[in-house]
Order: sequence, then structure tokens, then C-alpha cells
Amino acid sequence: MSIPITLEFSGGAELLFDRQKRHDIDLPKQENPWRIQELLPWIRDNILKERPELFMQGNTVRPGILVLVNDTDWELMGELEYNLQPNDRIIFISTLHGG
Amino acid sequence: MEGVEDEVKRLRQIIEDKSKEIDQLKQELLWERGTCLPQAICDLESAPILQKDVKGLTNEEIRRYSRQLLLPELGVKGQQALKSSTVLIVGAGGLCCPSAIYLAAAGIGQLGIIDYDEVEISNLHRQVLHRESKIGVSKSVSAVAACQELNSSVNYVPYHLPLDSSNALQIIQQYDLVLDATDNVATRYLLNDACILAGKPLVSGSALRFEGQLTVYNYMGGPCYRCLYPKPPPPETVTNCSDGGVLGVVPGIIGCLQALEAIKILTGQGSSYSQKMLLFDALDGSFQTIKLRGRQPQCPVCGDNPSITKLIDYEQFCGAKATDKDKVLELLKPEERIPVKEYNTLLKEGTPHVLVDVRQPVELDICQLPYPCLNIPIDHVEKKQSIEKIEGQVRSLSEMRLHEKVPVIVVCRRGNDSQLAARRFQTILKDLNVDVKDIVGGLTAWAN
Repeated sequence: MSIPITLEFSGGAELLFDRQKRHDIDLPKQENPWRIQELLPWIRDNILKERPELFMQGNTVRPGILVLVNDTDWELMGELEYNLQPNDRIIFISTLHGG
Repeated sequence: MEGVEDEVKRLRQIIEDKSKEIDQLKQELLWERGTCLPQAICDLESAPILQKDVKGLTNEEIRRYSRQLLLPELGVKGQQALKSSTVLIVGAGGLCCPSAIYLAAAGIGQLGIIDYDEVEISNLHRQVLHRESKIGVSKSVSAVAACQELNSSVNYVPYHLPLDSSNALQIIQQYDLVLDATDNVATRYLLNDACILAGKPLVSGSALRFEGQLTVYNYMGGPCYRCLYPKPPPPETVTNCSDGGVLGVVPGIIGCLQALEAIKILTGQGSSYSQKMLLFDALDGSFQTIKLRGRQPQCPVCGDNPSITKLIDYEQFCGAKATDKDKVLELLKPEERIPVKEYNTLLKEGTPHVLVDVRQPVELDICQLPYPCLNIPIDHVEKKQSIEKIEGQVRSLSEMRLHEKVPVIVVCRRGNDSQLAARRFQTILKDLNVDVKDIVGGLTAWAN
């Protein structure tokens, strides 16, 4: 069974995804549970449109992007180790600096 | 009959004289107002310190603040707390303008505003305390002048200087609370560390395009900026208002919320945004509050064993300047670039060439060079169809100019992106007989 989840990009991160903020996706079925660790390269390879280095650095997101799992900082949810659940909402926010 | 005509003539003369007199008086009034602007503080020795007044409210104050005194959450106690409070706003721009005017209106004791910059015409769409008549005036002075007109009983301190590692602690120590209304990453780290070292809550706002963010750091055991962002973002990922654009009302909304949180903290209501962040999306009309991590025990500045115990070099730490001013990139050699005068000659001589404009389409709507161009936005230069377009044009020109190099001229707004793009094109098109150059200073230089 595939896992339906929602991805959201904001704060300018959406510019790397053809300016589309919300993406409803189905993660293909796999033997082990999907973790954010696997989700990040999947996003990079499947929906990212340009400049992957502005999204990822090494195996994680680049500095300056906050990741939220259902409106909560991923740091409180296990970061890369978090096991994705059906209908999870994962948000990637690029920090703003202007004023 | 003649007498009437003379009378009309005489009256007309009087009107003309009086009009001249009015103009003269207006001029004098303007001049007087100009010289009455608040005095900027340019060195810290001359900065006044608020003598905290713990006495009760005067009748005048009771009349003035009566509508907020009626709120049981505030009351006389809250108003007195505001009156004896000091707030420092760092940055006198789009976030500062609404926050400063509301804090002044609410009857804060002392309001310090710090900015190194002067008012420019391109500020006015969002920095709504500044006026056309204040262009060229120190931003902190201009913001204070506007607040003073609304409430003259506040003690204002306009600092016309850059906040840096040498003065930040000395200034911040004199205030109860700090508003981060800056526009760059380096100053945000500096302010965070200074507020941790001085033990002050930091109400942080930011805005870009149609989005705003708001958080309160270093308050009631919550996290600091470094807990959230231990590493600064790579400089190439940071967009400022002068590149990305911003709708004026967006920082307006975030700045109002900063003033609100400051008032709640100072009057003992507490903030709603410690360990939380507000995300405002103006296009969706949505306000979303997210839950953040707590203070990080391993944080280098607010953690249990901090390694940062004094202010560092923040421009070096972030690899970026502490301003949002236009940077000048020097990537290409002078011989790989073409000054606007030379390009103008090339146009006049009718030299066939391929012109590539690497700005966003919306910028081409604003202005363009007088020569047909290929629009390939900077983020599309690597794309296959972009390269094919250029190759196509180069091929059709080389048929006309056998054995001659085809000039490929790259242009952008200020001559930074055009260098990056030209360098890429030089590599990608190396098998074609081309000479890739960029225009020094871009459209800005052309317009001048």
C-alpha cells in the first residue's frame, strides 16, 4: 500500500518546486517504513525542479530550512528518523530575513 | 469705467503679492521644521538614559490612555509598566515603522531606534513613517520625528549608527526588550547573541514577498535563534527585499504583531510566541502557528556550556555583509565584460549579436534594452531548452558571419547574475564559435 502524504513549501522554498506550495503525493510501497531520511532524496529526485543544493546538503536539508511534521518542529519528532504516517503533512519553511 | 479697471488691477497686484508672501512663509516653515528634527545619536557617549519614573499616572495620561486603561488585563498597573519600560528597535524599516508608532502611541517610556541608513524613495512603499520630505535624512531620525508628532511624552533615542559587535551590548543593556526589525542574517545572529548575553527577550519579525514570520526568542526558557538555526544559511540562499521584492503591507502586519508581543511581555501578559512561530501567508490569507523545539542544552550561546561568551565577527560567521545593500560581484575578468557605453556603440553600429536577459519575466516588463533579447531567467540557465534557444540563435548568426565569433551578451539588473550566467554559458557553449560577455552594471548602469 502506498502512503499518501502532503508536502508544503514556503518562505521561498516553493521557488525550487515551480512555485507550487502544496503537493499531495503517494509514496510508493516499500518493505521498511518510510522515514524523513528517505523522503528527502525522494523529493529531490521526483519533484524538485532546480538547484538541489538549495534544498539539501549531505543527507539532510540545508541550513536555514525548518522542517515541520504536522505543524511541529521535526526536532521534537525525531528528525531524519521520523516514521511517516499516512496523511502526514510535512512542511519545509525557508527562513525569511527581510524587513 | 476706468476707475473700476484700475481697482481690479490694484486688487490683482495685492493677490499676487500675498501669494508670494504665503510661498515665502511656507518655505520658512519647512526650513524651520527641517532644523527641528530630532538630533541623531552618532556616538554612544551622548546617548541619554531614561530616568525611570515610578510615580503614578498624571491626569493627562489617564485621559490619553483611557481606552486601554479600561482593559482589566492592562489597567493602571499595566500602563505604569509601559511608562517605565524601554524598548530598542533594531532597523528603522518596514517592520520598525508600524511597531514604533504603536509602541509610541501606547505610551512606552523610552523608544530607541537604531539604523545606519538614510531614507530612500524605494523605502516609502513599506516604511510608512518616512515622508517624501525626509529622503536623505537618517532613518532613525525620520522614524522618531513621526512618532514624536503622535506622542511627545515618550523619550526617544534615534541612533544613527550600525549595530555591531563593538556597541551592541552597551546599547542593548540599557533596554528591557529588543525588537529585531533588521534585514540581514549577520545582524540577526548578532542581535540574538547580544540579547542572550544581556538577558533580554528578543521579538523577531521578518518579511519577504507575500510572507512573514514572527517568533519571540530568549523568553521564559524558550529557544534562541541559534537553537533553531545553529548554522547560518549559505549566502546564495538568502534573498533580501531589494532582490525578492516585498508587498508593503506584509512587514506592516508583522511589525504590528511585534509591537503587540512587546506590550504583552512588558505588561506581564506574556508572549504567545515563545517556542512558537507564526507563519503569515498573505496570498493564502493564512496565519499558522507552529510549535518549535525548546532551548537546546547544546546551543553554543544559550546552552548549558556555552562556547560563545562574547560577541564574535558575524559577517565572517555568515559569509555575508550586515546590510541588504546591493553587492558587487567580481567574477569575470574585465576583458570578459562590456561597459554600457561600448554596448551602446555596438548597437549603433548594428553589430549582430545574441542578447540574453537573465532577469525574471516580471522585471522585463519594467524595462528592457532596445534590442530583441532571449529571456532566460538566472534559475533556468542550465535548462536544456534554454541552451537550445541560445544555440539556435548563435547558429543562424554564424551563417551570416562566417569565421567570425558570434558575440553573446548577457545582461541582468545590476551586473551580478549576468556574470554568473556568462560564466556558465562560456562552458556550455564552448564548442560553438562564440564570445560570451556580460554588461557591466546591467540595466541599472544602462539607465544611468
